[in-house]
Amino acid sequence: MNERYSRQELFRPIGKEGQATISAKHVLIVGAGALGTGNAEALVRAGIGKLTIIDRDYVEWSNLQRQQLYSEEDAKARLPKAVAAKQRLVQVNSEVEMEAVVGDANVEELERLATEARPDVIIDATDNFETRMIINDISCKYGIPWIYGACVGSYGISYAFLPGKTPCLHCLLETVPIGGLTCDTAGIISPAVQMVVAYQVTEALKLLVGDEASLRGKLVSFDLWNNQYASIRVDQVKKDDCPSCGGNPTYPYLSYEMQTKTAVLCGRNSVQIRPAGKREYDLAKLAELFSDQGFSVDSNPYLVSVSLPSHRLVIFRDGRALVHGTKDIQEAKAIYHRYLG
Amino acid sequence: MKLIINGEAIDVPERIRTVADLLEHFQLNKKIAIVEVNACILQKEQYATATLNSGDRVEIVHFVGGG
Repeated sequence: MNERYSRQELFRPIGKEGQATISAKHVLIVGAGALGTGNAEALVRAGIGKLTIIDRDYVEWSNLQRQQLYSEEDAKARLPKAVAAKQRLVQVNSEVEMEAVVGDANVEELERLATEARPDVIIDATDNFETRMIINDISCKYGIPWIYGACVGSYGISYAFLPGKTPCLHCLLETVPIGGLTCDTAGIISPAVQMVVAYQVTEALKLLVGDEASLRGKLVSFDLWNNQYASIRVDQVKKDDCPSCGGNPTYPYLSYEMQTKTAVLCGRNSVQIRPAGKREYDLAKLAELFSDQGFSVDSNPYLVSVSLPSHRLVIFRDGRALVHGTKDIQEAKAIYHRYLG
Repeated sequence: MKLIINGEAIDVPERIRTVADLLEHFQLNKKIAIVEVNACILQKEQYATATLNSGDRVEIVHFVGGG
């Protein structure tokens, strides 16, 4: 044995026993962007037994400012994030078993990952609430805790969801939020990422060593630039009739009707996206949200058309959208989620 | 009116009477937020009618999606 984990073992709440426990645990990280790379590096250094990480995107120059596992070489080569992340993580700690999945974190894939090699904890490092609702239903269905994390600007938020104990994301949100600010519209500074990562990894370590009594138990948020901190105990929000975690769960976000449908429009260099479930957008509000963020927006009573840097996004009242300027379904979905959440 | 918002004493303009007014003041009215007043979480339907009093302790956490 070498001294690799000696300082973590000296930390009393973990100790040698806790370290041995951690080394037998499996963590699934959904997303390999800023939060995903931060969580992955910390957990791999901490010596978990196995890491699975899934991402559909590739490395771009605009990622390097905060996505800590990637290098200029990765951006030049446009390496898939999951592949580039694994390459770096193996250098960091070759003792950890690693599975890198290049693909869409959809219902089918996440259900496979949750059941084939059952993870002990799922870390949310996604950039949209649709995927989070899927993670939430999978967590409830298979009894796997998951740790929400998100950040934008200098603001961040986190919460650890424990199936059967805490409220679930569906209890807290009721519906999927739309049109919020994202990193691509409001920017992000890396300390906000690192702070959320710190909250997520710490709660994950507590869960992995079985120290549930030490869990924070509160929804926490902070704004590093404006020097603010808030936390709320949300236990009372748990709903007995919640379709995801209540007495008679239907796990609505795992059903076919609730999944995003896509189609390439022949000869138009466009992809149509039909989001999960029924939506009814307030188009005026949506147009205002985009123009507030500095985009050029055209609208009529039926649709809103937004000019993005390299694509045009047209959104209809029922949530259906056309992404012009690509034939790539994954790229179109990424753009849709980036701007509509 | 003086409120304790996220642990800090803040003077808010007199026109602010309800939780809905406060969220609008902080430009959080278009976002999904959890609001707690004096350790009690409010339902969204209550925002427009829940009046605030000087000294109330308000915690606001709003959801974001980026990551």
